[in-house]
Amino acid sequence: MSIPKDARHLFRFAILFVIAFVVFLVIRHFVVPKTFGEYGHYRGAAITEIAARPMHFAGHQKCETCHVDIGEAKKAGKHENVSCEACHGPLAQHADDPSIQPTKINTTEVCIRCHADSAAKPGVFPQIDPVQHSGGVPCETCHQPHNGL
Amino acid sequence: MSGVEGYMYPNEITLNWSVLIVLYPYITGLVAGAFILASLVRIFNVKAVAPTYRLALLTALSFLLVAPLPLQLHLGHPLRSPEMYFTPHSTSAMAMFGFVYLWYLMAVLVFEIWLDYRSDIVHLSQTSTGWKRTLYRAMTLGSDNISPRSLAIDHKVGWIVTLVGIPSAFILHGYVGFIFGSLKANPWWNSPLMPVVFLFSAMVSGIAAVLLLYMGISKLRKTPVDMPCVDTIAMYLFYIFILDFSLEMLDLVHRVYEADESFRTLNFMVHTKLYFSQIVLQICLGTLVPIFLLAITQVKKLPELVRRRIYIVSGFLVQLGVFAMRWNVVIGGQLFSKSFLGYTTYKMSLVTKEGLFAAIALTVLPLVILWILVKLLPPWDKEAQASIPAATAAN
Repeated sequence: MSIPKDARHLFRFAILFVIAFVVFLVIRHFVVPKTFGEYGHYRGAAITEIAARPMHFAGHQKCETCHVDIGEAKKAGKHENVSCEACHGPLAQHADDPSIQPTKINTTEVCIRCHADSAAKPGVFPQIDPVQHSGGVPCETCHQPHNGL
Repeated sequence: MSGVEGYMYPNEITLNWSVLIVLYPYITGLVAGAFILASLVRIFNVKAVAPTYRLALLTALSFLLVAPLPLQLHLGHPLRSPEMYFTPHSTSAMAMFGFVYLWYLMAVLVFEIWLDYRSDIVHLSQTSTGWKRTLYRAMTLGSDNISPRSLAIDHKVGWIVTLVGIPSAFILHGYVGFIFGSLKANPWWNSPLMPVVFLFSAMVSGIAAVLLLYMGISKLRKTPVDMPCVDTIAMYLFYIFILDFSLEMLDLVHRVYEADESFRTLNFMVHTKLYFSQIVLQICLGTLVPIFLLAITQVKKLPELVRRRIYIVSGFLVQLGVFAMRWNVVIGGQLFSKSFLGYTTYKMSLVTKEGLFAAIALTVLPLVILWILVKLLPPWDKEAQASIPAATAAN
């Protein structure tokens, strides 16, 4: 089918669109990762890459295999469901090699992450104004952090 | 806490959406409104507004080019924005908007402007020199066929493009209202009327903007203002404004009548923090006063000079009112807590990425682009303008 002479300029404009679309597809081919969309709206290879990264957290079961007494104390108190590393930080290296000693945590800073007074928390949740309550004295001076007393 | 009254959740204290997010729907609204004014000539055969047809198209293009910039500045990482096109997510309204934007920019506005200006471009490519000649030659796409038949084909295709452009303009701006209206978590925004209200206010602001630009450019060029043209634009502005105001009042009355659990909080906010921007600026100065002024021009025969002054004052008040409406939606929706127990304050910065100066620069930028476009593609070619109604009539 021949294009009428007086409508050819319209086809030139249409060709511009086609060229732009082809350029878009070419760029897309190079910039979109090959595994994008394999499992969902993300890069599929990201899963294996993330899985290959070194472990930082050991998990509370591993902690409790050595620190049995602490594990028992935790089970008896209100911190039963708080994982060890939630307060002590990631300790996979220490769990693999006990000679690597973790840094002792500063309870004055760590405890108020959860227990600082905030109206957004339920009223029954124990919370304090750190300055008025202890004035900078470490929490474990009076409390037993592992069983939450 | 400074600026906070009552109780706010911690993530509500500082507003995430700044004045730039106010500017964004305001600018897209101007685009949609200007295009609707242009469609009056093409589709609805309103010959009286033909002198503003090309200016309306160029205005729409200038503002459309700037429309995504407030979002880019707000989000940062502009190199990430093409991802929206490369890996679009069908459930993201923003991602889908990217395609609507691109479609509207290229398949509607640029195409329609090219079709309408083609004979001028061919003529300019033959008469200009230097880089302008090269530019115009590139814009002809290598075709200098401006035979009567080819121009008639252009007009017919242009008519179809405008016809497709009207729903596209509606989608472009309706989407902005849709984004806010579909947010279930925020009672200030969550309303099915939101897209419609946004759309009508967009038409009002866009038509008023072209009216102001036309009168301003006529003044600068020292050419007489085509009074039948501005009178007709003012008439359409008045009627669409009435519809817009009715819809906004319908939304308000519905909220008052429904009086859900958020009502006391929102009502308190309107009477305190938003009193000036909503009651004074948006409703009184930005809506009732211009409607009253425009109504006078519809029912009373006034001298030309008085009419022109009324149109200018109304046009500026409309811009103020519509901007205040966007402000009240975007900023107002973030001032109260989801707990309905407290309010925060928006303090606009001056020289930051999302401050007042950035907002002013983004408001001026479309006018600079328009100035360049007007220099390149003068919209006041009388012969070309005269051909539009003739061609429209031929359809």
